[in-house]
Amino acid sequence: MKKLLLGNAAVARGAYEAGVNFVSSYPGTPSTEITEQMAEYPKEEVFVEWAPNEKVAAEAVVGAAIAGGRAMSCCKHVGLNVMADPIFTDSYIGVNGGAVFCVADDPGMHSSQNEQDSRHYAKAAKIPMLEPADSSECKEFTKAAFDLSEKFDVPVFIRLSTRISHSQSLVEICDRVEHTVKPYEKNIPKNVMMPAMAIKRHVVVEERERQLREYAESCPFNKVEDNGRKIGVITAGISYQYAKEALGDRVNYLKIGMAYPLPEKLIKKFSEGLEKVIVIEELDPFIEEGCRAFGVKVTGKEIFTMLGEYTPALIKKAIFNEAAAESELPEKEIPARPPALCPGCPHRGVFYVLKKLGLTVSGDIGCYTLGAIAPLSSVDSVICMGASISAAHGMAAVRGKEFNKKLVSVIGDSTFMHSGMTALVDITYNKGSNTVIILDNSITGMTGHQDNPTTGKTIRGEATKQADLIKICEGLGVDRIAVVDPFDVKKFEQVVKEEVEKDEVSVIIAQRPCALLKSVKYKGHCEISEKCRKCKMCMKLGCPAISVDESGCVRIDRTQCNGCELCIGVCPFGAIEKKE
Amino acid sequence: MSVKNIMIVGVGGQGTLLASRILGNVVIRSGYDVKVSEIHGMSQRGGSVVTYVKYGDKVNSPIIDKGEADIILAFERLEAYRALPWLKKGGKMIVNDQKINPMPVITGAMKYPEGIIEELKGKIDLTALDALALAEKAGSVKAVNVTLIGVMAKSTEIPYEVWVDAVKETVPAKALEVNLKAFDLGYNFQEVC
Repeated sequence: MKKLLLGNAAVARGAYEAGVNFVSSYPGTPSTEITEQMAEYPKEEVFVEWAPNEKVAAEAVVGAAIAGGRAMSCCKHVGLNVMADPIFTDSYIGVNGGAVFCVADDPGMHSSQNEQDSRHYAKAAKIPMLEPADSSECKEFTKAAFDLSEKFDVPVFIRLSTRISHSQSLVEICDRVEHTVKPYEKNIPKNVMMPAMAIKRHVVVEERERQLREYAESCPFNKVEDNGRKIGVITAGISYQYAKEALGDRVNYLKIGMAYPLPEKLIKKFSEGLEKVIVIEELDPFIEEGCRAFGVKVTGKEIFTMLGEYTPALIKKAIFNEAAAESELPEKEIPARPPALCPGCPHRGVFYVLKKLGLTVSGDIGCYTLGAIAPLSSVDSVICMGASISAAHGMAAVRGKEFNKKLVSVIGDSTFMHSGMTALVDITYNKGSNTVIILDNSITGMTGHQDNPTTGKTIRGEATKQADLIKICEGLGVDRIAVVDPFDVKKFEQVVKEEVEKDEVSVIIAQRPCALLKSVKYKGHCEISEKCRKCKMCMKLGCPAISVDESGCVRIDRTQCNGCELCIGVCPFGAIEKKE
Repeated sequence: MSVKNIMIVGVGGQGTLLASRILGNVVIRSGYDVKVSEIHGMSQRGGSVVTYVKYGDKVNSPIIDKGEADIILAFERLEAYRALPWLKKGGKMIVNDQKINPMPVITGAMKYPEGIIEELKGKIDLTALDALALAEKAGSVKAVNVTLIGVMAKSTEIPYEVWVDAVKETVPAKALEVNLKAFDLGYNFQEVC
């Protein structure tokens, strides 16, 4: 039976059919749906969880594999940075049951803070990497990755990109083959990585590298399509699909399905007798540099960009200098539509106040990163998960107390659990006096509503122990903790003012659930009455529902407004009314 | 059959994803190869969203290039205008005549362009309608996506029953009645010139 599946759902299907026993991940676009889909399979067959961060998830997977189970962890490219520590050493330990790490890159940065190319990790950690080019291959390669992992005693990477993860295509559905958890044997030289053992394991790793290079030559996922042409294209993943659409049978293809290690002999044989060999790959020249190292002359980034996503038209232009199809163009200059905080978003009240107070805001990763967008324009810096707190600590350390009195960190509940706790204890331990605002919206928002340790529910929606933000902060040495509703704008403003003045660490928990949660039921809508004096205070909220019309009057769009009433609280003239 | 390209554009939160899934479901029922490309994550938060549906004997790229879309289904006026360069010469556009102000307009940095529908009418094969009103008539403004799918369904060769089956399989059970009504209102919509 064939089904239309997202690339991510197909990876999950592949792992399921391969008999995976354990899956642990932290959500991150574009990888999130893999683990969500895994949780659709019966819990009697597979243990699926959200871990508090990618490092914890990867370590749990390494442990599960050592213990004989088949295990997988999935993350976005920047999540792999967090995972890197255990993964580099797992390369030395190897596996017992198969271990698969699936990483989804985001060329074009649809939902990310950088555009890194994760293939470099495969080479750096000496871990083989498979790269599927559609949903069908996502399933097939993931299944194969578990076998490969056990055959070569090595964890295996699956590399996806946004267009593979989030495109649906047809997949043949097969039955699950149950994997019986292998026997566990204590093995100190293999599983305890300290210098004396690791030195010996490195020898094993290098020998395995040699065997994997040999395997790559005959790996069924590296495929030659000989169309009898004089130009050869070496490509992989989504770029292969674009190339096929753009170039058809006008070139020969070597489709690389195993991104690391690359097949030296196969690449040389493919290139023999060709007038030109062109490498087509988004982001970095990974295959291209591999080919050069083998002494094969190729064209790559001289004609292709390292920035963003490719398209078939871009490839056609670069190789045959053929123009794209003709199209109509808009005659007017049109405004962009960047993402914005939703109507009813609890973060809006927070940023409204922080901007009003003119504070420096050390930001973090989540929906609330959008607090940097005009008119809120409140956030000063965003680096990576958890950095709002640690970066503010560094800022305060070099700029001193007065600066610190105008400085706050903002971090979501899930991001705080991910890596905010360690940053907070850095401040209490090192005698800092920062103010940290935890935006507790009761969910992991940006990635599409995943539960986390503070929500009291597992990935399967079962009730569980709920991490207590107040007790955690107390335990880390914070004495001043306030819980405030960010829609009570006056109270929130007063608390922030008080806490930034204090010479000790303060945590303000801004508590209000995400407006998109099913449990949140705002009703009716707000309307501007004739009392409006056009002061435009409400416009400072940056609410998508409120705008000024041609005549200069403020209007609330009924189809956008969800009746959250935040604007009613900021109007100085009582000119906004609630209608049922 | 050569590949047919359909693009669905709108504002995050308008339900374009469900629309593309209904379309994908219809296409596989008709026995074609198909790819549906979606956007998740940050762009969904009130930003421009684009999904591509491509079907035919064999589909490679999941994305559609400029000048290649046979049909563009636009959930909002400005997004229709933004998508114009993707429409094939002779292609068809269906536009929900709704205005949602983007943030640069709300902040006053830019003006929402006027006369979009009139300009498009002069250039291309266009069907414009107030799908929001039809969805409201069906019982919920949220059904605007299925209303628009209904309008598009009428302009394809795929039988009515196939569409209805796809809606039944894709839409959550509790919202089905409203959505089937919304689909019919869209399907039976007739433009008054």
